[in-house]
Amino acid sequence: MFGLDKKDTRLLIIVAILTFCAPIILNPFPADSALAQFNAGYPDLMQRFVIFGIFAIGFNILFGLTGYLSFGHAAFLGVGSYSAVWMFKLLSYNVVPAIILSVITAGLFAIVIGFVSLRRSGIYFSILTLAFAQMSYNLAYSVLTPITNGETGLQVYSNDPQYLKGNGPDVTHLFGLEMRSILEIKIAGWTFDFTIGYYMCAVIMLISFYLAIRIFRSPFGLMLRAIKANQTRLNYTGISPRPYMLAAFVISGMYAGLAGGLLASMDPLAGAERMQWTASGEVVLMTILGGVGTLLGPVLGAGFIKYAENIFSKINENVLHSWFSLLPDGLEEAVVWLFARFVGEGWHLTLGLMFMLIVIFLPGGLVEGGQRIARAFGRKDKDASSSTPAE
Amino acid sequence: MGILDIKDVGKRFGGLQALSDVTLSVAENTCHAIIGPNGAGKSTLLNCLIGKLIPDTGSVMFEGKSVLGRSAHEINQMGISRVFQTPEIFGNLSVIENMMIPIFAKRDGSFKLDGISAFMNHKEVLEQAEHMLEDMNMADKRHMHAASMSRGDKRRLEIGMCLSQQPRLLLLDEPTAGMARADTNNTIDLLKQIKDERDITIAIIEHDMHVVFSLADRITVLAQGTPLVEDTPENIKGHPKVKEAYLGEAH
Repeated sequence: MFGLDKKDTRLLIIVAILTFCAPIILNPFPADSALAQFNAGYPDLMQRFVIFGIFAIGFNILFGLTGYLSFGHAAFLGVGSYSAVWMFKLLSYNVVPAIILSVITAGLFAIVIGFVSLRRSGIYFSILTLAFAQMSYNLAYSVLTPITNGETGLQVYSNDPQYLKGNGPDVTHLFGLEMRSILEIKIAGWTFDFTIGYYMCAVIMLISFYLAIRIFRSPFGLMLRAIKANQTRLNYTGISPRPYMLAAFVISGMYAGLAGGLLASMDPLAGAERMQWTASGEVVLMTILGGVGTLLGPVLGAGFIKYAENIFSKINENVLHSWFSLLPDGLEEAVVWLFARFVGEGWHLTLGLMFMLIVIFLPGGLVEGGQRIARAFGRKDKDASSSTPAE
Repeated sequence: MGILDIKDVGKRFGGLQALSDVTLSVAENTCHAIIGPNGAGKSTLLNCLIGKLIPDTGSVMFEGKSVLGRSAHEINQMGISRVFQTPEIFGNLSVIENMMIPIFAKRDGSFKLDGISAFMNHKEVLEQAEHMLEDMNMADKRHMHAASMSRGDKRRLEIGMCLSQQPRLLLLDEPTAGMARADTNNTIDLLKQIKDERDITIAIIEHDMHVVFSLADRITVLAQGTPLVEDTPENIKGHPKVKEAYLGEAH
């Protein structure tokens, strides 16, 4: 279907079902139960899942296929956000022009940064991209204040021109469908939220995912994997690797720009911190955690990290006390103190530990974990493990 | 005039004159071997042919066009394929993918980014690749990880990848170096078969006399960076100058 083979079609369909049912699947606990804080099915978080999923899918096209580790991809995310907010300021709150412009500007930035950075490979390439991203961050933070509004962040003010607004809504919308408009369904104790914003992001994520599969399976993808495998042979086979690398870099930059544009579409703000090196590092973590070079890995990794960030960081000492209230007083204090280091503001510690464990024991990331579990259960059709590493 | 004309090539590294006045011509559809003791300048000469080094003097012409100053992929696109001393293949890819890449390179040139064709099936490339694997007797290994094969099979695959581009000139750099005897003999047989069945010119740089004498139509002996003698294998065998170069005057 759609020019995919059976295995990839099945993967795409599974991902599509999971994405569309996410508001239900991610809310397994009744709204007023004690476990409700583990529910991830609220719009803000689900939007982050799919948007960062797009970011990671794009990053994986570069890192997973060619092995070139860019440490500056957040720059494209930031550029995308700024472009989108400018579209809101100048035209209207319609997200379509905003998203289109964010992809185009990120692509143009990627051409420039890629052209320079790709003169080197390995660690030097990573450092060059990092330097470019930090430069962009500092430019956005201070030098280019007229364009980026500096540390306040770029936002839409009531006196902005918005030439095409007319009588359109005062919030971001897709041809009149407001991003925040919500359909809340209550069944027994459960509450499920369906928003336009999430479903728009989900559809765009699925399209991005589909395109990524096509790229992985195309001759172009084969050349990118050949670059990772053996550049010497590729040169002597009559292929010039640099234009291929640049194309991959620009494509993955455009994915990042798309993610940035979507972030701004959900919440019309853009700040310089979106370009900081920690944001670039985060997408590297997502990709490695999920499984480098696999189709599904980056999406899983993005979901995993965003879940941890939002859920673990919400757990505070009061919550812990309520969990361990059955323990004797002294012991309770001790246990709560211990756990408190790993949740709330300490969630980075949990993430760090998880990352170490996964890199050491599951070098193929969560996808490899899934495959091992599938094998342990003795599933005969090996290809059912939904994401075979691109090989 | 041969297919490859090397004229007055000289190359100096600091105080060392690695090559001086090398002139030789490889005739079309022959197998020309370049032999010589260690340090004779064989590798330097090869590197001058494939764009890795630019000689200080002289010219290297392939089918009337200079190869000097061109990059490796341009030289390949002119019709020169190279087999390395240690097999250079795409270790992380499967055998069939290894075989498809040179066919794409031949068909699409050094770079092609075509959205439409990316959405088409590539049946004919796959078919050609499979055909080539059959020619190489490797059809049963098509889904194997290329890196996991034996050295002999890697060499076979590498040669197959070069041949799939139907090059005008095949450059072989010590193709049997570090191989077990059986693998060496297999490689010799394969090369003989290629020579007999295809219109191809082969230039081979080799240490192993057994390989050279079973393949070459003409042999150039290189010593101290300059061609000593060029002749047929029969005449080279008993040539006093060759013995001298290999064994030294004192012997």
